[in-house]
Amino acid sequence: MSEITLRYFAWVRERIGAGEETVAPPADVRTVADLLAWLKARGPEYAHAFEQSHVIRAAIDQTHVPHETAIGEAREIAFFPPMTGG
Amino acid sequence: MATIHVQAEAFDAAAEAATLTKGRTDIGAVVTFTGICRDEAGSLAALELEHYPGMAEAEIARVVEEAEKRWPLAGVTAIHRHGRIAPGEDIVLVVTASAHRQAAFEAAEFLMDYLKTRAPFWKKEHRIDDSEGDWVEARDVDDHAAARWTERKAAE
Repeated sequence: MSEITLRYFAWVRERIGAGEETVAPPADVRTVADLLAWLKARGPEYAHAFEQSHVIRAAIDQTHVPHETAIGEAREIAFFPPMTGG
Repeated sequence: MATIHVQAEAFDAAAEAATLTKGRTDIGAVVTFTGICRDEAGSLAALELEHYPGMAEAEIARVVEEAEKRWPLAGVTAIHRHGRIAPGEDIVLVVTASAHRQAAFEAAEFLMDYLKTRAPFWKKEHRIDDSEGDWVEARDVDDHAAARWTERKAAE
């Protein structure tokens, strides 16, 4: 799989300790949920950030998507907590 | 036709409403909503608003597009600030214009309900005592407020 830019916001960003990184996940990482599971195994900071993965929201190329969405040709995937703007 | 801004700077709600209606004779109603930072009984020094640049604008545009499909709007302005915002300062502005008031009122409420649950912004509290504040938690009541528009559409 080609490289994907990952972006993290709010407490997801704080727990991971970075706002952005580039990753090349293995071919069996097909969906957003697969990517979350793969990231969680990368280290304690990821495990902490994605502890309750059901509350984490995801966006592919700046559009909200559910976790079962296939990554496909995504260039940018973002993970963040529920929004609290307005 | 819609005006959408994501900015650190303050905005002038009255000026934005005036701009929306200037030179128009078809508009019979303008609703202006301003969301303001509270001090939470004196405990809050400021809110820090983080956003996802690019997606914030895109998502607000998608929400505005939905409002324009549902109501006959003559104009929409949506402005959301980011960065450090002190109590008493404005955070968000929605201005809706239509021939009649019902569309303007309803569209403004719809826009705010959807902005709160879909626009990628996150608030962090800075306390007056300098202690590390918390990220504001999303409230179920906001999700319910947004969901009722979907329910209403299904019932129509």
